[in-house]
Amino acid sequence: MTKANLPDTLALDQLAVGVRAHISDIDWSILAVGDALRLKNFGFDEGVAIEALHLGPFGRDPLAVKVGRMTVAIRRAHAAAVRVVPLAA
Amino acid sequence: MTPTKLVAVAGNPNAGKSALFNALTGARQKVGNYPGVTVERHAGRLRLGEDRFAELVDLPGAYSLDPGSPDEAVTRSVVMGEGEYERLPDALVIVLDAANLDNHLRFALQLIGLGLPTIVALNMMDLARRDGLEVSAERLSEELGVPVIETVAVRRKGIEELRLAIDETLASPRDIRPGEGPVEDILTLQRRARDIAVKAIISETPVRRITHRLDGILLHPLIGPIILALLLFTIFQAVFAWAAPPADALEGGVIALGEWVAATLPDGWLKSLIVDGLFAGVGAVVVFLPQILILFLFILILESTGYMVRAAFLMDRLMSHAGLNGRAFIPLLSSFACAVPGIMATRTIDDPRDRLTTILIAPLMTCSARLPVYALIIAAFIPNRTVGWGIGLQGLVLFGLYAAGVIGALVVATMLRRSVVKGTGGSFMMEMPKYQLPQLRDVAIGLWQRAVIFLRRAGTIILATTVILWALASFPKAAPGENQVEASIAGHIASGIEVVVEPIGFNRDISLALLPAMAAREVAVAAIGTVYALDAEDEEGLATLEERLAGRWSLATALAFLAWFVFAPQCVSTIAVTRRETNGWKWPAFMVGYLFAIAYVAAGITYWTAVAFGLG
Repeated sequence: MTKANLPDTLALDQLAVGVRAHISDIDWSILAVGDALRLKNFGFDEGVAIEALHLGPFGRDPLAVKVGRMTVAIRRAHAAAVRVVPLAA
Repeated sequence: MTPTKLVAVAGNPNAGKSALFNALTGARQKVGNYPGVTVERHAGRLRLGEDRFAELVDLPGAYSLDPGSPDEAVTRSVVMGEGEYERLPDALVIVLDAANLDNHLRFALQLIGLGLPTIVALNMMDLARRDGLEVSAERLSEELGVPVIETVAVRRKGIEELRLAIDETLASPRDIRPGEGPVEDILTLQRRARDIAVKAIISETPVRRITHRLDGILLHPLIGPIILALLLFTIFQAVFAWAAPPADALEGGVIALGEWVAATLPDGWLKSLIVDGLFAGVGAVVVFLPQILILFLFILILESTGYMVRAAFLMDRLMSHAGLNGRAFIPLLSSFACAVPGIMATRTIDDPRDRLTTILIAPLMTCSARLPVYALIIAAFIPNRTVGWGIGLQGLVLFGLYAAGVIGALVVATMLRRSVVKGTGGSFMMEMPKYQLPQLRDVAIGLWQRAVIFLRRAGTIILATTVILWALASFPKAAPGENQVEASIAGHIASGIEVVVEPIGFNRDISLALLPAMAAREVAVAAIGTVYALDAEDEEGLATLEERLAGRWSLATALAFLAWFVFAPQCVSTIAVTRRETNGWKWPAFMVGYLFAIAYVAAGITYWTAVAFGLG
C-alpha cells in the first residue's frame, strides 16, 4: 500500500474527534467480506468526507463517524482499514 | 378476474418506511428507529379509489441488493422476482430520507434499474429542512426518470398525492422489463448517487444539528453510561411504583367480582371452577397488566426516539468481552419485555455465531412474564420500606433479580464463546439515525398490541392450564378430614416432582406450580392462586395470595424460588421460537438443558445459604 505510507494520511482510528477529513484509501483486503460490504453500503469510498464524532466510553471503542451525511458506529479495528487525509484548518 | 395488484414499499433502514406504510394502509405496525425493525412481512390493503384496492407489502429495510443479512435477502428475492417469498410486485414505492440522499439514492438506483414501475417517496422533508437542506423533488424526478412525491409520513403529508401516483402507475399499461440484475458495482452506483444528490439539493445551510448536540451528552464517555444506568434503574423503579395504583384497583375489582360470583352461584363444581379456577388463576395474572404496559411503554419510546442505537453504542465494548456485539443489546433489551420478539430481533445480527449466542442467552433477560412471579413473592416476603434516598427495598430486590439475569447471561455468553460457539471476534457496524420525537399514535398502537397479546394469552394458555390444574387439583375428591390438594391427581404428580426439588428447598406448592408453569411462567402465579383457593376451607374468605404465601413459605424457600425463576426456561413459546430461528431441535434442547441446570444449582445455593443465615 503505497498510499498508506504518504505522510499526510492517517488511519481513521487515529483521527481526532471534530477534525474534518476525507477518505484517501480503504484497504478492503484486510476486512472480512461481510464487513467490507456493510462499509460500502454505508457509503465508505475514496474522496468521501468523514469526521469522527464520538468515541465509545470504554477503551474509546467503538467510534461514531459521519460519512457523507450519515452517522454510523464502527469498531476501532475496522476503522484502522480506512486511511484519511485531514482537511487543513 | 385479475388478481389484486401487489405494491411493494422498499428503502433503506431509517427512511421512515414503516411510518409511510402505516399512513398508506392504516395497518397496525410498530415504528422504530432501529435499523431492521421490520423483519417480518407486513402487508396491508391500499385503497386506490371506490372499491379498488391494491395489496401493499412493506419490505425489510435494505442498503443494497447485495444481501448482508437475512432481511436484505428477503427484499432482494422479492424485487428480483425470484418468487421465494412473494410474487413479483406490480409496482415499487421507494422511500428515501431527504436528508440522506447520497446514501439512499444508491439503493434507489439499483431498484429503478430493475425496470419495475416505480414511484419515489421523498420522505422526512421536515427533518431535512431542520438540517438546513432544501431538496427539489422535480430535479430528482428528472434525474431518476420516475415520479417523485414529497412526503412527511409521520404527519401524513403527501400521502394522498402518493396514493394517486400509485393508482396512476398501476393503471397505465407498461411492459415490465425483465430484471437486468444488479449489474453495477456498489462503488460505481454510490458515485452516481452522490452526483444526483448534488443536483437535487438546491441549497444547504450549515446548522448545528440537534442530533449532534444530544449525542454530545448522551454518548459522552462519562455522562452517557451514567444516564443509561439511571434510565434502566428508573424503568425498574417505575415498573413497581407507577403500576401500584392501577394494579391495586384491578386486583380490588377482581376480588370484588369473585366474591359477588361466589355469593351468587349455588355451591357445586361450577362455582368451584369459576371462583377457584378462573378468578383465582386468571385474575392473579391479569393484575400485572399495568406493570407490563409500563415496561413496554419505555421500550417503545426508547426505540422510536433513536436512543436504543445509542445504548448499543455505549454497550458494545463491554459486550464484546462476552463475545457479543452492541447489536445484541437491542434484542436483549427487548427480551426484558419478552424473549420471543427478542429472539426474532436477532435476525439483524449478521454474524451467525454472535446471533446464536444472543439467542441462547435471551431467555436469561428477565421477561415480563417473570414479573408476576417476582412481584408476588417480593410483595409477600420483602418488607415495603425504603433503604434511603427514596429507594424502595422491594424495587431494589427486583433490580437485583434483573441484574442476576444479566450477569448470568454475560457469564454464559463468555463460556459459550469458548466452547460450543467458538469463533473469531465479531463486528459492530450500525447506522445511527437522527433523534426523533416519539409519535404518540405509534406508541399507543404498540402498547395496545401488547395489551391485547397479554390478555389473549391470559384468555387462552393461562386459562386452559388454570382450568386443567383446577381439575387435577379438585379430583378425586378428598375424604373428610383429608387435605383436598394432597388427595388429588395433582398432589400425586407433585409428589414425583417434589423428590427432585426438595433438596433445593422447594415445598409442595412449588412442585405443583412448576409443571403448569412450563406453558408460561406467569402461570406459576395462577397455579399457586388456584391451589390455595381450593385449599382455603380453613381460612377466611378470599385473603390475598401474598398473605397466604407469607404464612406458609419460609423466607429461604421464597428466595430459592426467585433464584429458580431467574434462570429456568419455563416458556413453551421461547423454546418454539428458538427451534424456528435455529432450524432444528439441537439448540433449543441445549438451551433448555443448560438453563434448568443453572436454575437448579442457583436455587440450591440460595436456599442453603439462606438457611445457614437462619432464614429457613
